[in-house]
Amino acid sequence: MSQHTLSVLVENKPSVLARVSSLLARRGFNIHSMAVGPTADEGLSRMTIVVDAPEMEQVKKQLHKLINVVRITELDPDDSLEREIMLVRIAATPGKRGEILEIGTIFKATAIDVGPTSIAFTVSGEPRKINDFVELVRPFGIVELVKSGRIAMARDLKSRKLKAIG
Amino acid sequence: MSTITGAQALIKALEYEGVEIVFGVPGGAILPAYDPILDSPIRHILARHEQGAGHMAEGYAWATGRVGVAMVTSGPAATNMVTPLADALVDSVPMVAITGQVPTHAVGNDAFQEAYTTGITMGATKHNYFVTDVREIPDVIHEAFHIAATGRPGPVLVDLPKDILNAELVWHRPAQLNLPGYKPTVDAHPRPIKEAIKLIEASKRPVLYVGGGIIKACAHEELLRFAEATQIPVVTTLMGRGAIPDAHPLALGMPGMHGNYTAVTAMQKSDLLVSIGVRFDDRVTGDPNTFAPHAKVIHADVDPAEIGKVRVAEVPIVGDARRVLQQLLEKWDHESTPDRTEWLDTLRGWQRDFPLHYDQQPDGPIKPQYVIEELNRLAGPDTIVVSGVGQHQMWASQYWKFTEPRKWINSGGLGTMGFAVPAAVGAKAGKPDELVYAIDGDGCFQMTPQELITASVEGIPVKVAILNNGAHGMVKQWQNLFYGGRLSAVDLGRDVPNYVKLAEAMGCVGLRAETPDEVGPTIEKSLSIDDRPVVVEFVTDTDEMVFPMVPAGGSNDDIILSREDLP
Ligand SMILES: Cc1ncc(C[n+]2csc(CCOP(=O)(O)OP(=O)(O)O)c2C)c(N)n1
Ligand SMILES: [Mg+2]
Repeated sequence: MSQHTLSVLVENKPSVLARVSSLLARRGFNIHSMAVGPTADEGLSRMTIVVDAPEMEQVKKQLHKLINVVRITELDPDDSLEREIMLVRIAATPGKRGEILEIGTIFKATAIDVGPTSIAFTVSGEPRKINDFVELVRPFGIVELVKSGRIAMARDLKSRKLKAIG
Repeated sequence: MSTITGAQALIKALEYEGVEIVFGVPGGAILPAYDPILDSPIRHILARHEQGAGHMAEGYAWATGRVGVAMVTSGPAATNMVTPLADALVDSVPMVAITGQVPTHAVGNDAFQEAYTTGITMGATKHNYFVTDVREIPDVIHEAFHIAATGRPGPVLVDLPKDILNAELVWHRPAQLNLPGYKPTVDAHPRPIKEAIKLIEASKRPVLYVGGGIIKACAHEELLRFAEATQIPVVTTLMGRGAIPDAHPLALGMPGMHGNYTAVTAMQKSDLLVSIGVRFDDRVTGDPNTFAPHAKVIHADVDPAEIGKVRVAEVPIVGDARRVLQQLLEKWDHESTPDRTEWLDTLRGWQRDFPLHYDQQPDGPIKPQYVIEELNRLAGPDTIVVSGVGQHQMWASQYWKFTEPRKWINSGGLGTMGFAVPAAVGAKAGKPDELVYAIDGDGCFQMTPQELITASVEGIPVKVAILNNGAHGMVKQWQNLFYGGRLSAVDLGRDVPNYVKLAEAMGCVGLRAETPDEVGPTIEKSLSIDDRPVVVEFVTDTDEMVFPMVPAGGSNDDIILSREDLP
């Protein structure tokens, strides 16, 4: 099943999150990640939902039936900006520390906590980059991993043109 | 400035919406609202069970086309309301349920009679509200009625904590609606209308497949004009019975699992389904992969999520059924009607060769179909028929000849046993001058008979025919057909309860017919009484089965016409 990213503008009202997630569960759609936060408009919140579903028409139409859902945009991965942030703690004996820090530098990961047996990094960026980093450090032993969930927005039309030219 | 309580504001807001009747049961959390209702012109009908109040609100809405209102307390009362809400959601019945809630400070503490009502009913309502500020009451009630009645109609619940009902506010008329995410499409886009016309012009074997959407949108007149102008035969689903008069030459009756041969086969052989206000329910399509295999599909619905959900539509049309038909009629500028002699002759041939049939022997047991035909003949076409769920429901839908919409009320999508009696009470409360006759099964009747007490005490003289086959007949039929006749938990017995005495105990008249020749006179007797509710028990053939039948999930091509055709 493929992953699709939806950007959903909702009214900033109580239980909206519950309504959206319960609707997706009720209709049998699996939520891969969901990130919610306020927008520039106080009355509205933005949800970025990554859904596993064979096709999106039903998901979108069902979500639209929720009274508090104002607008739904399906983001094409080629035409959108996607970012994620991760906190990860990696097992690091003093002997391995240098090697791990080096990988961190390549991925612009910031070491935010160094202890006798572990190092914690924060990495942000495109989900693919974060996944690559995880795979590289996995052999050292991942102690704890937290992801924010994907957030995304469409590219500016102009930048789309530039991309097409370039 | 003078203030009023939240409870007073609630009643005032209901009055502002034009509410005439509230069906309800009082209790602790909703107590404040039961005081101002004493001074209101709104009539309160005291149901004997909250599920009853909910189905009454539904029956009222079905019969009148207006929003039905139920009001109950918190906790167990709110959970008793869940079934009617789920029923109204799937059958698109406009209703507003008001529930009391424990005081705000106690919410979430497992307080006495606390249930998480908005959470429990999230999937059983079109929308729900938990009110935390007394000043919101006028606007929330206004929004609730708007949402319930517009777009695809449905149930809306408003949960009101007791302290909010007791708090004070300065009354204001409801403000402009502020629903940025709710803008139902009424007018269809002109492009698919044009495309639909093209497909209709090219089609040789079109069928109009119409359902509850026609009734809800009051689109029956437009439907008739369109069917006549285009000469397209019409099948009416269980939810759409009465959308076109059954006696009309283009009317084919009900399709689906227990549809008649012609309605089912017309769709199977069709090259174009003009589908309006229907949702391709599995009880209509059977196995969707073998359903109407040669047909292109035009699908018009006010709810875009229904279009393409089950069957891809070549022409999707989002819009109100009535507007869509008006728009189609505007674009159908043909002077003469198309010549569909060949197709219509084929259909007439099937109607002649494969009619619905049953065999009533004069000295045999009463056939349920005979009761329905006699009721139809004696009570007349203006009767509002309300049915339960089971064999009797299918026979009622098959054998009653409907002449207009809103005369057939049943629980289609959820299939809620116990619907008929309270829904009939609600319908009669809303249409006191009309004859309301419920056709119920013995199993269904035993689920909600207590609402006949409501009916007699409140002076709502409904009539209820019980087709007593001593069984959960529909389940028994499936066990006979698909479980080798191993009957399990379907025997209800014939003698207990004594329906005549039970009726009398509830303040109704009780009658019984045991032989075919008693059927007519007993119905006539029931029709002569109109100062009290009447219950008529018909002791019917326990072995009768509903035919035709398409086994669940099977192909509509494999329709079984009668017992003799069973494999
Ligand atoms: C609330 C509920 N419980 C169970 C069922 C399953 N069910 C469907 S039809 C039926 C039997 C109905 O019996 P009765 O009312 O006597 O009608 P009949 O089929 O005998 O005409 C049952 C148990 C249901 N539809 N609704
Ligand atoms: Mg029965």
